[in-house]
Amino acid sequence: MHPAFSVVFFTTATGAGYGLLALLGVLGGLGFIQPEFWLGLVSMAFALGLIVAGLLSSTGHLGRPERAWRAFSQWRSSWLSREGVASVATFIPAGLFGIGWVLFGKSGGWVAVAGLLAAVGAVTTVCATGMIYASLKPIAQWHSPYTLPAYLIFAGMTGSVLLNAVLQGFDAGSTAVLAGALLAALAGWAWKIATWRYNDRLESPTTANTATGLAGGTVRSIEWPHTEENYLLKEMGFRIARKHSAKLRRITQALAFAVPAILLAIVFALPWPFAAIASALAAISQLTGMLVERWLFFAEAKHTVTLYYGRE
Amino acid sequence: MTCLPARTDKKLGLVIDLDTCVGCQACVTACKEWNTGGHMAPLTDIDPYGGHADGVWFNRVHTYEHMTEMGGRTVNFPRSCLHCDQPACVTVCPTGASYKRASDGIVLVDEDKCIGCKLCSWACPYGAREFDTEVGVMKKCTLCIDRIYNDNLAEEDRVPACVAACPTSARHFGDLGDPGSAISQLVEERGGVALMPELGYKPTNKYLPPRARTGRAARVDAPALEPIRAEGGFLGWIDRMLSN
Repeated sequence: MHPAFSVVFFTTATGAGYGLLALLGVLGGLGFIQPEFWLGLVSMAFALGLIVAGLLSSTGHLGRPERAWRAFSQWRSSWLSREGVASVATFIPAGLFGIGWVLFGKSGGWVAVAGLLAAVGAVTTVCATGMIYASLKPIAQWHSPYTLPAYLIFAGMTGSVLLNAVLQGFDAGSTAVLAGALLAALAGWAWKIATWRYNDRLESPTTANTATGLAGGTVRSIEWPHTEENYLLKEMGFRIARKHSAKLRRITQALAFAVPAILLAIVFALPWPFAAIASALAAISQLTGMLVERWLFFAEAKHTVTLYYGRE
Repeated sequence: MTCLPARTDKKLGLVIDLDTCVGCQACVTACKEWNTGGHMAPLTDIDPYGGHADGVWFNRVHTYEHMTEMGGRTVNFPRSCLHCDQPACVTVCPTGASYKRASDGIVLVDEDKCIGCKLCSWACPYGAREFDTEVGVMKKCTLCIDRIYNDNLAEEDRVPACVAACPTSARHFGDLGDPGSAISQLVEERGGVALMPELGYKPTNKYLPPRARTGRAARVDAPALEPIRAEGGFLGWIDRMLSN
């Protein structure tokens, strides 16, 4: 599948934003993170900023962005519509939580309720994003039991690494958040390796034989219907060389998982401001790595239409 | 509404005979000619006379070599929307632009509602939908709804443009939901198949596989060529002398 940058950025940014929002809603609302104006403002600005930037970016690949409002109507059948509805609905409790926790400096009570509702909205939105991909049968690498958990794990992982960076930046670091971020990075790493292993062994029952209805033997494409690349090949015929894919997988593992895990482990022993610098570097490295991961998620996904064009 | 109708009164669709299709592309050009002025008009072409011609087509003919233990054969394969019974292209649509008609089962796009998110084209395993980058909306085969119900056309012309154009009658149109219809009988008789049945889209259109080979045809093999170079004797000597 063609890795459109608007969608790669959208899913990475909103994943991190909703992960951070969910953690702030739960931990801030219940008072595990004490309300403090500047810390609250910066962390909520990161969460909502990433979400808004991601959502705006997602309209960038639309053919008719001025009609985007129509996408809220078909939530009964469409995961994309559900994602849109959930993302907008989440702004209401998120806004109330922000007002109560940041402006009024409160936790518990209605602020906790708003925080928990914002967390539920964030998780629902990430689930809907994951299901957009997991529900597409023509793409075996996406229509897999690994896709939905991956979106949730990566949102929690990038959110917790960001939360740790903000807390460390304000010298308000929490050992529990730091340990959580480290464990999340390791969990994300393990899940990504398991997903790649699953995809590399994937044997699709859909072949050039079933695609053409020609049973038995081999079906080889000897002539395309057109001489130049058409929409189908540009959008769904994206191919990545095996050697590039292997290299990008190593870059993903280094930037998204290994470097952040090592930096976070070191943070346990560092005083401020070094702990803050290491935590910020961990977050920057991880978000960069996740952009590569998401690029590969598209580039390595194979659509059944390529079978008609003789591509394995 | 992108929820699918519980049932459709008819299942209008095509049956394509892979035995008789000669790959002449007449259906392709007839489709383009009709539909660029039809319901989904225009079928935009980008740089049509340049080095990177691209454009929207509803029907594309591929050519394959099918090798089995019986030998090899060339198969021409027209590919267009199959008007599936379970079209995921419709249910994934966030705006309600894509829909399946309860009356005849035809899958259509309402161009005025489409936001051009392209998700329907990802959800179609068959590559039936093509994006129009100029208009910014998705386009697809309409089964020529502007021909098959068109009172201004003579009765025999009320078939999709591709069916009307086919010189070998490899394309058939009718109600595949009615087991008694001529087209359903044809599928029954020839063992028509659905494409990618394992994905569960339940395509309405069916393909008739090429008929089995027979031994009745005359052999038309060309005789083996004679060796180019005379090896020995007088002619061989002349050949060697002239070759020097």
